[in-house]
This record gives sequence, structure tokens and C-alpha cells, in this order.
Amino acid sequence: MSDLFEDPEPGATAGNTAGNAPEFTVSELSGAVKRVVEGEFGRVRVRGEVGRVSMPRSGHVYFDLKDDRSVLAAVSWKGQAARLTVKPEEGMEVIATGRMTTFPGQSKYQLIVDDIVPAGAGALMAMLEKLRQRLAAEGLFAAERKRPLPYLPQVIGVVTSPSGAVIRDILHRLRDRFPRHVLIWPVAVQGERCAPEVAAAIRGFNAIEPGGPVPRPDVLIVARGGGSLEDLWGFNDEAVVRAAAESRIPLISAVGHETDTTLIDHAADRRAPTPTAAAEMAVPVRRDLLSALDAFHARLGQATSRGLDWRGQRLRDLGRLLPQPEALTQAAGQRLDLWSGRLLSGLTQATGRKRAEFNTRAAHVRPRLLTDLTRRLAERVQTRADRLAPALTRQTAQGRRDLGRLSQRLAPDTLLRDAGRKRADLDRLTRRLTIAAEAQTQGWRTRLDALDRMRATLGYQETLKRGFAVVRGDGHVVTSKSAAEAAQSLEIEFHDGRLTAGAATPAPSRAAPKKPKEEPPEQGSLF
Amino acid sequence: MSETPSNSPVDQMSFEQAMAELEQVVGKLERGDVPLEQSIALYERGAALKARCEAMLKAAEEKVEKIRAAEGRAVGTDPAEGL
Repeated sequence: MSDLFEDPEPGATAGNTAGNAPEFTVSELSGAVKRVVEGEFGRVRVRGEVGRVSMPRSGHVYFDLKDDRSVLAAVSWKGQAARLTVKPEEGMEVIATGRMTTFPGQSKYQLIVDDIVPAGAGALMAMLEKLRQRLAAEGLFAAERKRPLPYLPQVIGVVTSPSGAVIRDILHRLRDRFPRHVLIWPVAVQGERCAPEVAAAIRGFNAIEPGGPVPRPDVLIVARGGGSLEDLWGFNDEAVVRAAAESRIPLISAVGHETDTTLIDHAADRRAPTPTAAAEMAVPVRRDLLSALDAFHARLGQATSRGLDWRGQRLRDLGRLLPQPEALTQAAGQRLDLWSGRLLSGLTQATGRKRAEFNTRAAHVRPRLLTDLTRRLAERVQTRADRLAPALTRQTAQGRRDLGRLSQRLAPDTLLRDAGRKRADLDRLTRRLTIAAEAQTQGWRTRLDALDRMRATLGYQETLKRGFAVVRGDGHVVTSKSAAEAAQSLEIEFHDGRLTAGAATPAPSRAAPKKPKEEPPEQGSLF
Repeated sequence: MSETPSNSPVDQMSFEQAMAELEQVVGKLERGDVPLEQSIALYERGAALKARCEAMLKAAEEKVEKIRAAEGRAVGTDPAEGL
């Protein structure tokens, strides 16, 4: 290729030396070269090793392709780079497909790459292994991430092509084993659309909410038939592997034949060698379950009835071992008879024995015993009584002696002396009392006489001597004429006696006016 | 394994749970070392478990549908013909 490209330049130089060759501007010549290159190499496949790779922010990918002698500049524009299934990495042996063009600004030519595939199976496998190791290091394939499959799923989600043998195989085997509700999420199973669609389908199934219009599957199967390594390449895609690892619904991978291993197999919860095997993993065999269930049911009934039979037999056996009730009481009855027969004679014998014992004792009990006792007691009383009188006499004599002794010690002189002294005191006091009493009496008498005199001068009787009189009617002092007239009789007191007048007369009415005038002072002093 | 029948309601058990418990019940009864009253309760539990399993096995009906997806989400299903 480089030989072809280099040829025109010496030609142009040769033309210049010829003199009559046409003259190009730089741009004209660059444009001519560009046309030649693009026309000659509109689509080429180049095999080489990837050299320096540069991925600026623009999204374009610049890299070199090289072999042992030459280097070719290559570029993959942003849109193309996104579609590349294999990203160029330094040292990678690839086959790049694209078209040649030039870059006149720098006098460069380059390959515009729209596809890169690893060159040869070895390189592809090496790249796959590298990705596998990276994802394994992240723990995406760890055994503890694996979920157990449900024993009997109600809904099975299948990610595969809706046409083709794979879905038929799966449905056929499900039908044989245990017909289920199957949801197919149609995807492309090879080519560019494969990986994004499979990843989206796995995520889509996981996004279904339970209870929504679309039932959420209990288990997922990602399936594809056998094919070349390139055909299965989409199931090695990192996005697919991540979607499978993140699936919360247990996932069975069944991609290719048994010998084909794709990365989704590592991330799946179970790997089935074929789509048919995936269906077998997904559901149990209904017939087997039914017969197992029947067997359980039969064993349930048998075990229960055997338990009852065994208990019944045991009950009957034990029942037979139970002695007859009569046998339990017979011996006791016999003993009762025996003892009750001996009861009466035993009583009689006991009575006789007691009586004999009584008689023996009673024989010793005689009146003589009592009289002897009485006599002995009487003798003891007599003895004591005999000793009583002398003791009393002795006691009295002793008391008398004591009295005599005490009497002698009594001295009457002392008493008499004391009495004489006290009598003299008494006489003296008596005299003083008499004198004092007389003096007292004399004083009282003098005062009494004086008071009596005063009384006599103040009394009405003295007034009577001066000519006044007191009139009384029916025993009461009369002080008014009306009272005198009302009285039955009138009595007039003079200083030397009283005079009774007759009933009210004209005469007393004369005397009456006179008397009341006289009386008030008299009465006032009296009361 | 508990000595008395489990209390979890049979009609909410999965097929696998019901089947596993049925097996336990049968095993216990076959050993014959449970008291009579408990064995009757076990039998009744076993019968209920069997009925539950049987109902789930009988409800085996094929239905195949294709997902209708929009923006990555399943929005509905279409019957899948001819498969």
C-alpha cells in the first residue's frame, strides 16, 4: 500500500523537471491525491497490531496500526467508536475494516475504521479472558451471589428470539413437564443489537412490579442456540453480564451448546447446557409430583391407621391382662367373713377376761379397809387435839408475862406531871378568855344601847308621843282615805295603846285626811 | 422439626413448603412415637397439605405470551401464536 502511495510523488517531481508539466497548487494536488486514495481504497481490511491509542474528550478514537516495518494512522469517529464491539487496545492483534482517506492539513493519510475484530480465535479468547477476570475480580461471578431457583415457578420469563427452535424447545419441554405461564421478551440473539437488547430485557423483567398488568416472572431463562464464537459474542458483553448478575429474579443461562461458554453463564444463577435443559431446571415434572403426593397421602393414611390399630391392639392386650373384678374382692371377702365370724366370740372372750380381772380386784375391796383408815385418821386428829389446849395455855402465859413486863415499864408519874402542867396552862388561858370576853361583851352592849337609843329617837313610836297616830285597816297600815273607806274596821295606834274604831263612817273620813298627812314621814323612816 | 404441627396457614404456603411439611408429617406418623391426639392433628394437617399441593399441581395450564416493551419496560403482552 505504501508503495502505491509513494509512487505519485516521484512522478510529480519528474513532471516538474520536464518543464511542460501542468502546475498544481498544494491544495489542488492534495485534493487530487485524496481522490485517488479514497477511490482506490474505499473499503479495506487491514490486519495489524494496535499501537498507541488516544481517546480525547471529543469521543473520537485515534490509534496506530502497525506491523514490523510500517505504521498506519487510524481513526474511529465518535459514532463509529460507540458501535465497535471490540475497543482497540495497545498490543491487540486486530483486523480493522474501513476506508482510506487523507488529511491534507498535515500531508497525512489514515484509515477511517468502522469495525474492529480480534484477529483470530486466540486473540478473541484472550480478550474474553481478560474481561472475565476483570468481572470476576468485581465479584460478579461469586458463588454467594447465586440464588436458588424456585421449586415451582408460576411464571417463567424467557429472553430469546421469538422465532426459531430455541423457544420451541423450551415450550415443548415445559409442556411435557409442567405447563406454565411463559412470557417471551423478544430480542435479537446475534449481531449488534443482541447485547443491548438482551441486557434491556433482563432489566425489563426485573422492573415488573408484582400485581401489575404483566405478571412478574419467578424465574428467567436467557437462551440462544449454538453458533460460532462471533455469533455468541453478544452474550459476552459486559452490559449483558452485569444485567444477569444484578437480576433479582433467579436466572438460568442457556446459550449455545454444552461446549460453548459465554460470560453470562458465569453470572447466571444456573447454567443450562441447552435450552431444553433450562426448561428442565425451571420446573419439576408434574406427573412425578402427583405420584409423590399420592404416595405421601397413602403413607399418611397408613401411618395413621397403623397407629390406631397398634393402639387398639395394645388396649385389648392390656385389657386382657386386667384381672377380673371379682378376683380382686374375693380374697378380701373371705377375710371379711373370717374376721366377722371371729368378732362375736372375740368380744365374748374379751368381756369374760375383763370380768375375771374385775372380780380379782373386787375381792380385795372390804369395809374393814375403810374403817381402819377412818380410825387411823381419827387417832391422828385426837393426838393433835390433845396437844392443842396445853399449847394455848403456854401461849397465854407467855403473853401475860410479856404484858406484865411492859406494864412495869409504864410510868404514871410522868403522865401526872404533864397533866398538872397542862391544867395550869388551861386555867390561865381560861381566865384570859373570860376577861377578854367580858370586855368584848361590854363594848358590844354600849354600842347596842347607843344604837337602840338612836333607833328609839328615829322610830315612829317616839313620834306617836308627839301626837301622831298610826291607822290600820284590817291589819294593814292605811295611808289613804279610799283605803280607810274600803276597810272593814280601823285600828288607831297611839303611843300608849291601840284603839279599834267601827266601820267606815263620816267620822273616820274626817280623821282620814289628817292621818295621811302625818304618816308618810313616819313610814319613810320606818322602812 | 417441631414436635407439634406447624401453625403457618396452609393456603399461603408455596408448593415446596407444603410438600416438605407433608413429608415431615408422614415421617413423624410413621415413626409412631407421637401421642394419639397429636397424631390425629398431624393427620388433619397432612390432609390439608396434600390438598394444597394437589390444587397447585392441578392448576397447570400453559399460557404463552410475548412482552410488549416500551422504553425498556414491559407495558403489556400479546398472545404468542404458533409456538
